[in-house]
Amino acid sequence: MNWIDTIVQGVLLGGLYALFASGLSLVFGIMRLVNLAHGDLIVLGAYLILLIVSLLGLSPFVAAMVALPLMFALGYGLQKFVLNRVLGEDILPPLLVTFGISIVVQNALLQGASADTQRLPAGDIGVASLNLGIVNIGVLPLLTFGSAVGVILILNHVFYRTALGRAFRATSDDATTASLMGIRPRAVFAQATGIAMMIVTIAALYLGLRASFDPAVGPARLIYAFEAVIIGGLGSLWGTLAGGVIIGLAQTIGAAINPEWQILAGHVAFLLVLLVKPRGLFPRAFD
Amino acid sequence: MALLSTHGLTAHYGQFQALFGVDVTLDAGECVAIIGANGAGKTTLMRSISGVLRNESKSIRYRDLPIGSLAADEVMQRGIAMVPEGRRLFPSLTVEENLLIGAQVRKGQGPWTLEAIYELFPILKERRKNAGTALSGGQQQMVAIGRALMSNPDVLLCDEISLGLAPVVIRDIYNALPRIRAGDAAMIIVEQDIGQALKVADRVYCMMEGRVTLTGTPQALSREAIHNAYFGAAA
Repeated sequence: MNWIDTIVQGVLLGGLYALFASGLSLVFGIMRLVNLAHGDLIVLGAYLILLIVSLLGLSPFVAAMVALPLMFALGYGLQKFVLNRVLGEDILPPLLVTFGISIVVQNALLQGASADTQRLPAGDIGVASLNLGIVNIGVLPLLTFGSAVGVILILNHVFYRTALGRAFRATSDDATTASLMGIRPRAVFAQATGIAMMIVTIAALYLGLRASFDPAVGPARLIYAFEAVIIGGLGSLWGTLAGGVIIGLAQTIGAAINPEWQILAGHVAFLLVLLVKPRGLFPRAFD
Repeated sequence: MALLSTHGLTAHYGQFQALFGVDVTLDAGECVAIIGANGAGKTTLMRSISGVLRNESKSIRYRDLPIGSLAADEVMQRGIAMVPEGRRLFPSLTVEENLLIGAQVRKGQGPWTLEAIYELFPILKERRKNAGTALSGGQQQMVAIGRALMSNPDVLLCDEISLGLAPVVIRDIYNALPRIRAGDAAMIIVEQDIGQALKVADRVYCMMEGRVTLTGTPQALSREAIHNAYFGAAA
């Protein structure tokens, strides 16, 4: 077994999990909303990209660009017309509503696209790799990881260097006081969910390029995303990347020891981190 | 015509009624103090005017328009800014970001800019990169006041700006009030410190158990009348 190869593959796989998790982390960080439909929305994004690819004959990467504004609009509308109505002191109503959305999305996809597995056409890039001597790195996993780092860099820039990010952080700290500054928390929430859905689209692109998907695979993606967010520390974006990498590493190392241990090893790593650092690796100081 | 007025304002927290028909007026450029003991309804009055608590539309009028049912963000955008009780700085924002967010949505015409706030409270310039909540209570209060001023409001609501602060810090903050008033904003100051309130206000309202029990200019009100209105005649 080549341990260096295993570790590199694990880190790169972590990029995919970080992409799954970033949107969840963003939404949770700003409005303390746990979106149980997150995994299903990633799958919905993959089907949307597939639809655009089939209808317009575009490459999946271009199709994802077309899907980005559509998914932003979907997220904005979902927050404005559904989730904002149930956000409040009680965390149960939004949890139940997102659970309901999860079921609706899964069944709508089953109805519209059948239970057959699908895959986005990756073309040559799907099998291309870089030979670095001791390890071979797949171009697609490398692109995935690069996209995750890029997404987190952009999100960090938006959060800490722009007026919109200032409004995000202020609303996350104290929505009532933010409204005293003239900020409309519900509009901020809708923008945040819109942006989260753009990240979901990027995650969906790589999900569809790297593996086959069907309407039922969403909940498993949700669990990986959850674990990455919680390992990283709720609401911390770089922590989310670290969380994704830890799960990716655990899964590839687990699989290298025994292929049956892949999924289990990720969950065990999650539990171990929780045991040692219950608030995650990079918790916010003032939560 | 008053710049801002409440008309038979009532407020409830669930079954509990906190305000019973409160009538308060504020003229342009005026400073009005609301005094009263804990639980008198002062903060509830501020929360109602600022839109944090929603009321019947006609119960609050501003520039002769009903604003009682507007949300806090809409009230602020019309030029009414608030320094909330307990400062309520944003912990994840630096001092400078806390100030900037005050003018993010509304940047009215007036003298208040970041530099003007730093001139008013020079210590904030030194601390501008610190987290807002890393400051002392007095400095946090300065940030909260500066944050509200940044939008150049026409009406500034100050809720308990001296609460929990050392006397020397309270003096510093009250020393800044004349310069704040020179910026043309009308003010409503909620205070438990009667002495400070009487010094800066043009008119005073005393509240007890959700009702206005006394009103007048500081010069016209006797100590005994204020005592009776503040604690009740039997006290």
